[in-house]
Amino acid sequence: MSALLPQFVNLLGAVLLLLAFAMTSQRRMLALIHLFTMQGATLALATAVVGYVTRQHHLYLSAGLTVVLKVLLIPWLLHRVLDRLGIRRDVETLINIPTTMLIGIGVVIFAFNLSIPISHLSSALASGTLGIALACVLLSFLMMITRTKAVPQVIGFLAMENGLFFAATAATYGMPMVVELGIGLDVLVGVLILGVFMFQIREQFDSLDIHHLEQLKDD
Amino acid sequence: MTQEALALALLLACPLAGAAVLALCGHRERARDLNVTFSCGTFFAACALAMHVVRAGPVLLWDNAFYVDALNVFLLTLTALVGLTTAVFSRPYMRVESDHGKMTAPRLRLYHSMYQLFSFTMLLALSTNNMGIIWVAMEAATLTTVLLVSVYRTAASLEAAWKYFILCGVGIAQALFGTVLLYMAAEKVMPPGGGALLWSNLDAVKGQLDPDVITLAFAFLFIGYGTKVGLVPVHNWLPDAHAEGPTPVSAVLSGLLLNVALYAVLRCKVLTDGALHGNALSGRLMMGFGLLSVVAAVFFLIRQRDVKRMFAYSSIEHMGMMTFAFGMGGPIATYAGLLHMTVHSLIKSAIFFAVGHATQKAGTQLMDGIRGLLKISPTVAWGLMIGTLAILGMPPFGVFASEFLILTTAMRDHPWATPLLLIALAVAFASVFGRVQGMVFGETSVKPLAHRPALVPVFVHLTLGLMLGLYIPPYLDAWYRQAAAMIGN
Repeated sequence: MSALLPQFVNLLGAVLLLLAFAMTSQRRMLALIHLFTMQGATLALATAVVGYVTRQHHLYLSAGLTVVLKVLLIPWLLHRVLDRLGIRRDVETLINIPTTMLIGIGVVIFAFNLSIPISHLSSALASGTLGIALACVLLSFLMMITRTKAVPQVIGFLAMENGLFFAATAATYGMPMVVELGIGLDVLVGVLILGVFMFQIREQFDSLDIHHLEQLKDD
Repeated sequence: MTQEALALALLLACPLAGAAVLALCGHRERARDLNVTFSCGTFFAACALAMHVVRAGPVLLWDNAFYVDALNVFLLTLTALVGLTTAVFSRPYMRVESDHGKMTAPRLRLYHSMYQLFSFTMLLALSTNNMGIIWVAMEAATLTTVLLVSVYRTAASLEAAWKYFILCGVGIAQALFGTVLLYMAAEKVMPPGGGALLWSNLDAVKGQLDPDVITLAFAFLFIGYGTKVGLVPVHNWLPDAHAEGPTPVSAVLSGLLLNVALYAVLRCKVLTDGALHGNALSGRLMMGFGLLSVVAAVFFLIRQRDVKRMFAYSSIEHMGMMTFAFGMGGPIATYAGLLHMTVHSLIKSAIFFAVGHATQKAGTQLMDGIRGLLKISPTVAWGLMIGTLAILGMPPFGVFASEFLILTTAMRDHPWATPLLLIALAVAFASVFGRVQGMVFGETSVKPLAHRPALVPVFVHLTLGLMLGLYIPPYLDAWYRQAAAMIGN
């Protein structure tokens, strides 16, 4: 049984990476939020399993925080924003999806290579997880770069935070509780501010297209 | 509670209480004075704490959660001082903005409350002992300043705030990954119990940290916090945020927030140097990006037409100069870097105060539209002129002293860098001085305002900057030396 659990953490890591790929390739806004919710749930499960295996009970708290924040509260907020703004259209991307996927593969290879020399130091539980976490972070970054609308950019930002939390859980059995609470608070406040911004941007420009936000240039 | 614990508690409680109170009544007439009062309390607490640290050395407080030593105590005092003077400057500035209808009651509440909260996050980032909390506080500082930058709700300010949030959010996420790696390396050599992110503990075991992990961690931490320092090529948010927000916010962004971010980089550098045993990787990285920032910022600077954007690029140039100095290492360059941090923060905020009054009088931020300030308000004009000369490195101001030290050290250790730095400084001088001359002298295009400008902050800062160029008081000198001994090896 206990030999299976580290495998299970690795499996969850793989699911996270898969979901990150799915998000980079997803055009529909609503599906993007669903994928983000699933990523949050996977992250929470992985955190809880690591907590169970290593008997680090504060990880249960951290998992609970993830569920409340990233599975319930933030997706709910995002849904509300979409409803209130009446966004139902597909997301446009700057680079077409197959090219994005190819770049994504390159990004994953880069992340794994970067983490090979140090992964032997991460907790024995799951040695490949650091590479997976870094790959998730970089894929979310890629998603933020290739999207032209405000909402997917925000989701990319949040997915990046998911990758970072996974790194913290898998590589170090979680950061100290006070730090995790602080990060959670920052993320929540950040989403609230961005939500308010979306309404203001929409009011100013009648659209959430980031192209409008390219007026400030050096003469 | 001991004396120093009381001082620190006050230092952190004052702005926090201020944020709460001003969130409720920040739109009243009295709110501007309340803002000053709270900042004043913060400043006195910082002074008390500084006096204690000067007398008794570094202190660890409250279960090792806070650590105040020579490096951060002078930054704490500086932050509290500039926080206070900016609050004083913001009184007449915000009165004019309300008269012009740019600041409504809810906006004033938001502005005053966020101003205090922003001070709190910076003081927290500076005084905490926990590398994780530094990250949390830096992110919180980003969030509060995003709200401050967007306070006018114009299209341009929304764009600036959005860019600022996304760029700094992404940047600082890299720093979190770096922090995770640092924690991972530290857990291997420290007993369990949650102390592995405390800087004082890390400093004690830095020689045993795994070099591979620390190298990677420093790379991520440097990119992350470097974004907030405004280093080229991740500086794009900085000119927009400075130009589109209210001028008091530009002053604290340039004068304080950039310093706090650089402080975080310095803390990481100390650990990295310790772990790599004399390998100068972190120093080289900082020198490279510092030099790039100095040179690139100058060539952006000469093309600007907006006065606040121009001085924002000047901030990038000076932050690059400091990063370069700390990267060179050694007691003299590090001393110069610390001195430069102090004088840049004082003089650049003084310039923004003068620029704030000037742009309000002229009704525009474009330099072509600001002409002949001297005829209407000589004091603002002289403040701007003297401040500009000081920031461009004219003797006898402090910037000259620190830049001279940096250049002579560069000449000795890295001669190839000196011509680049000198050319950059010369180009900056020619460009900025020419522009400011046009703004100060000549036929006038500006109108007098209903409220008297706050000139005390401008001249207090300039006097301090002048004093630091001529004479550094012995206790300040001792601080710098202690801090330099800790950072530069």
